[in-house]
Amino acid sequence: MSLTAADIKKISHLARLAIDDADIEQYTENLSGILGLVEQMEAADVADIEPMANAQDATQRLRDDVVTETNHREKFQALAPVTEAGLYLVPKVLE
Amino acid sequence: MEWETVIGLEIHAQLSTKSKLFSGSSTAYGSEPNTQANVVDLAMPGVLPVLNTDAVRKAVMFGLAIDAEVPDISVFARKNYFYPDLPQGYQISQFDKPIVGLGHLDIELENGETKRIGVTRAHLEQDAGKSLHEDFAGQTGVDLNRSGTPLLEIVSEPDLSNAKEAVAYMRKIHTLVQFLGICDGNMQEGSFRCDANVSVRPKGQAKLGTRAELKNINSFKFVERGINIEVERQIDLIEAGGTVVQETRLFDPDKDETRSMRSKEEANDYRYFPDPDLLPVAITQELRDSVRAELPELPEIKKQRFIDQFELSEFDAGVLTSSRASSDYFEIVALATGEAKLSANWVNGELASHLNKAELDFADSKVTPEQLTSLIKRITDNTISGSTAKAVFEAIWNGEGDTDQIIEAKGLKKITDTGAIEAIIDGIIEANPGQYEQYRSGKDKLFGFFVGQTMKASKGQADPAEVNRLLKSKLDA
Repeated sequence: MSLTAADIKKISHLARLAIDDADIEQYTENLSGILGLVEQMEAADVADIEPMANAQDATQRLRDDVVTETNHREKFQALAPVTEAGLYLVPKVLE
Repeated sequence: MEWETVIGLEIHAQLSTKSKLFSGSSTAYGSEPNTQANVVDLAMPGVLPVLNTDAVRKAVMFGLAIDAEVPDISVFARKNYFYPDLPQGYQISQFDKPIVGLGHLDIELENGETKRIGVTRAHLEQDAGKSLHEDFAGQTGVDLNRSGTPLLEIVSEPDLSNAKEAVAYMRKIHTLVQFLGICDGNMQEGSFRCDANVSVRPKGQAKLGTRAELKNINSFKFVERGINIEVERQIDLIEAGGTVVQETRLFDPDKDETRSMRSKEEANDYRYFPDPDLLPVAITQELRDSVRAELPELPEIKKQRFIDQFELSEFDAGVLTSSRASSDYFEIVALATGEAKLSANWVNGELASHLNKAELDFADSKVTPEQLTSLIKRITDNTISGSTAKAVFEAIWNGEGDTDQIIEAKGLKKITDTGAIEAIIDGIIEANPGQYEQYRSGKDKLFGFFVGQTMKASKGQADPAEVNRLLKSKLDA
């Protein structure tokens, strides 16, 4: 399966990645190559194999429902470009 | 043409855990912005999610309560989208292996019949933060306290045929999650929210029509109104030659309309994939058994038991079992007094109306079940009359003490002493010679006048039965 330039534009937009038009051809080729590899793998007979959700053959460890965190807002907000009244400010997103 | 409506609901119930789904931050409502958002909730690089046991147990409990399959293995997946209130850039949710599979519950229709509604699935996921669009010129304020709070998304089959059924189903789930103690059900605080998928099709057609999704309808009233308006809109549109497009719409109660919310063509391209940071969750038989052991008596079963055990009416039992707190309250009083019907009347009447007025829940009642019990006992042992009891209730509610203290302090004991009542009656007859003559000459209706006067003179404390008996003998002598 090979991707088109339009596919690359769509994927990069969904991932919010800025890609130079000049690089699109290269990305198209590389990503199509990966899909080619997947196609090749599809030839393997996996009819009797249970799909895995994770590469490790283990199950999730759980933690007790206990509040362990304290407030470090000042420290975290020192990293943010703009804050006001305890809120992180971002460009307006209302549609 | 005759049209048929098809509705499915997605209900988001916030699970009442102390800490978040994947972090040790508090989930308490109403704190200062961003004081409950730690490195995991802020999605700082390198952090890892660790799953909350209690959220898993609560989800499993819901599954057992709706007789659903709770599979051995459940998987978390990433739902990818960008929005400032979701710092990860994806929501950790579940996709093809939810924690709760197909289940069902029964709703009661207006005609008294019951209808079984399928619950397709219920899955665990993180809540997002809150965006505040006002107050910041040209900017949006983000509060991430809610980010990462555990939600159980409960997805119904498209089994609901009109807005009333949708509301009945939503109420049923609302009561159930509170009974189970897995969600506080507080709709004002957003702990219980609903999206409705609505479509119409010509009556008899098998294929479903294109659906629109009504987002975030946060009251029962708005669910009903929003769905009715959307159904009307779709029918009008099709009959005018248009077609319904699949989209997200917002119900605006002020304008009484639904309108398109998201126009982005890629809005639904979520590219789910298993979250590599989380291993599959094993639900062992041991876990299922231990949750089942904690499963409380379910509302419907309790209602039937109240009808059978306490000989309550269908209506009384239904009202009492509309919440776990009210049913618990009633049961304590009914068992302690041995007067189920009287207890139901007081709980559903005087107590419920005081709670309503004060906007309090049964659990926070200012009259405890023990206090109501002692009050009811004083009615049944004839110490006070029913009308006096209301005044005593009011006094207990206002913190003036317990039943016996108040009866004593205010001198509210019923007057059963024959001599005392006779003295009052003699006084009344003497003061009203005209009425006495009229009564004697056959105007029987005046008997009520004498009862009223006597009760008034005794400040309502005379035993009415005794007053009646004595008046009869004196007036008719």
